[in-house]
Amino acid sequence: MDDLLITTLPNGLTVFLKEIHTAPIISHWVWYRVGSRDEIPGITGISHWVEHMQFKGTPRFPAGVLDKAISRTGGTWNAFTYLDWTTFFETMPAEQIQLALDLEADRMVNSTFDPEEVASERTVVISERQGNENEPTFLLAEEVQAAAFRVHSYHHEVIGDLADLETMTRDDLYRHYRTYYIPNNAVVAVAGDFQAEAMLRRVEEAYGSIPAGEPPPRRARPEPPQRGERRVTVEGPGETTFLQVAYHAPNATHPDFFPLLALDSLLSGPTNLNLFGSGLTNKTSRLYRALVDTQYAVNIGGVLHPTIDPYLYTLHAIVHPAHRPEETLAALDAEIARLQDAPPSADELQRALKQARALFAYGSESISNQAFWMGYSAMFAEYAWYTAFLERLAAVTPADVQRVAQTYLRPQNRVVGLYLPLTP
Amino acid sequence: MTIPGPEDITRTTLDNGITVLVRPNFAAQSVVLSGFLNVGSLYDPTEKLGLAQFTASMLMRGTERHSFDALFDLLEANGARLGFRGHTHTTGFSGKALAEDLPLLLDLLAETLLMPAFPADEMEKLRAQWLTSLALRAQDTAEMAELTFDRLLYREHPYARPDDGFPETIQALTRDDVVAFHRQHYGPRGMVIAVVGAVSPQEAVEAVARALGAWQNPAQPEPPALPPLPPLEATVREDVAIPGKSQADVVVGAAGPARTAPDYLPAMVGNTILGRFGLMGRIGDAVREQAGLAYYAYSELHGGYGPGPWEVNAGVAPPNVEKALALIVAEIRRFVSEPVSAEELADAQAGIVGSLPLSFESNQGVAGALLTMERYGLGLDYYRRLPDLVRRVTAEEILQAARHYLDPDRLVIAVAGP
Repeated sequence: MDDLLITTLPNGLTVFLKEIHTAPIISHWVWYRVGSRDEIPGITGISHWVEHMQFKGTPRFPAGVLDKAISRTGGTWNAFTYLDWTTFFETMPAEQIQLALDLEADRMVNSTFDPEEVASERTVVISERQGNENEPTFLLAEEVQAAAFRVHSYHHEVIGDLADLETMTRDDLYRHYRTYYIPNNAVVAVAGDFQAEAMLRRVEEAYGSIPAGEPPPRRARPEPPQRGERRVTVEGPGETTFLQVAYHAPNATHPDFFPLLALDSLLSGPTNLNLFGSGLTNKTSRLYRALVDTQYAVNIGGVLHPTIDPYLYTLHAIVHPAHRPEETLAALDAEIARLQDAPPSADELQRALKQARALFAYGSESISNQAFWMGYSAMFAEYAWYTAFLERLAAVTPADVQRVAQTYLRPQNRVVGLYLPLTP
Repeated sequence: MTIPGPEDITRTTLDNGITVLVRPNFAAQSVVLSGFLNVGSLYDPTEKLGLAQFTASMLMRGTERHSFDALFDLLEANGARLGFRGHTHTTGFSGKALAEDLPLLLDLLAETLLMPAFPADEMEKLRAQWLTSLALRAQDTAEMAELTFDRLLYREHPYARPDDGFPETIQALTRDDVVAFHRQHYGPRGMVIAVVGAVSPQEAVEAVARALGAWQNPAQPEPPALPPLPPLEATVREDVAIPGKSQADVVVGAAGPARTAPDYLPAMVGNTILGRFGLMGRIGDAVREQAGLAYYAYSELHGGYGPGPWEVNAGVAPPNVEKALALIVAEIRRFVSEPVSAEELADAQAGIVGSLPLSFESNQGVAGALLTMERYGLGLDYYRRLPDLVRRVTAEEILQAARHYLDPDRLVIAVAGP
């Protein structure tokens, strides 16, 4: 279905190229298999901070030069760090894309990590964390995540703990950078207005001479099964009560992942996995009808992220002021029990499939989004995970959905988190 | 050709005053429907502030033909979406669907606009949700700084008022208010609809005409004129305390040009240098890159129908607020004291021109551009001419525009934090 060139260079760099000739634009991404999953106490938040330092310059592109060089072309660029990965992208007018290749290849190895820049970025990252702390949902999610993972490094937020942000050194950061930013731990994905063979030669020229490194260490330790419901409360300013219910969920390549994705679509509306563009409303989802229409909650949503190791399926709601949070949770539990007791209709699953098909069509409008998917899917599975997505969703049966509801949505397998406002 | 222009945009005005703009794109099997009506919070009585936006949100809560649940069932079952949002001057709508479902989107657009039922029970549900979002707003440092900034800057001018109202004005709304507001203010005159995606222009225009061509409202008023905004006598500042927060937000600025002002373009290019280019221009460089004081620091020029704000925003640690404010005011002072350098100007011009193709990457982006051209009467060839217009802007024009709108001794400063 896709006109795709996939290859691996001798230094281990995986390359995805996809020709799209609808607009004179090219989107270029570099993905590294490093994220908060690879962090241990003392260096939490280091992957995200290293991502910041990648904008602080190399001898060839000093700080303040590279961002201007990109901006001058009219291109956009950004970077993201998550649990399993870190990614950098540039979407630019097609004739300018060489700059993106040169710049990303250069900063794969040559970033300076100047001590003064490290010091200045420390306060920027701490400021980013303080901005997050302004949000009750961040404060609650951080505690829920920590309660869900005692052993696995998914237990801390990507931004990291303040204690570590205050104490990590330039050498810690530089070591992390050199350990994980190597071609054999990276994927380059390019989509847009080019000829694949010619682009491959340009990618080889830019990245081919970077030597492979030692395969990086993986520090994540498997999380033991949870043996009983865990509850956490966070108190803070405001007058609004938030509820988060997080269930341990299978990883992206587990056979139960797609049934659970279908279940999420039924319960809380389809998750939009496209990085660009908004998703769909969820006003006819089961939980909207059972919680929001009935005024137990002001809103409801659900998130299931594809990850390397088993992570979480999280339902989140704002508790309606007319109800106590226990009542909202009881209404949510009643709805989950309904799905455990009886399989959904085939029609309901068909509907989830059509929603997913629409989200795919919307996502394919954007060249950046198509380039995003090639690298993203390779971070936790492989590209076939993306191309087979609709097929695998279509294969989910009503009995599958009922079974995963029974398997995963048990109280013993969850953390219930409450944000309680201190202002009456 | 990626940049939309006269030969690939179809523009038609229906007999009842609705303007339809269509641009086909068969690269993906989806279609975007986007537009606005000439009704907004300018019409809100002070004691019922929020009425226009509340009414817009009530449109999707049920019609004479479909309940709230049934409306969304039609949309969501097809992976489509449709929604309304009230603003100060206009009420916008936006929908998206697979191309095969464009007729469904248009039917529902017409039905929600022409025959909303405003069910009483749905109104109470929406009110409760609204009050919760206002409670969250009161806890949001960025929103409270912005709200305070608008109040200090615009004083008696309608731009001083938040479109979403206050808890007491939302409590005061009755169903009769909503019904009457809709009857008096909603009409086809001045309405604009853009359709972009996998659909032929003729098909799209016919579909819009079938759905909305018969709509009439003789009572529909002319949009009210804006009062003048007297200049500030001196810098004014207000600090809003939101206990328990970890970070403060600051807003610094003044009233900027309307989108149609002759010096809008110099101001826009100048703003790119002040607080957009690279890692957010001179402001980002001073506050974030050099001083390490903020995760975000940038400036924004709103434009719009009237004198929208020209403002600098930053999120900073509470102990650093004064330091950050001093740096921001110093950058504004420099910006009005000396012309931007030739290099800065060339960079900003290249960046703005180069970014044009990217802004047309999605159907949504194209629809937005069509609506901007129509809204401000810029002409269908505007984005084709824009590169030249931008390249012709001089450093002297930027300095004049900067001095026209920004005075470092007559600024509004709003801070919200712990």
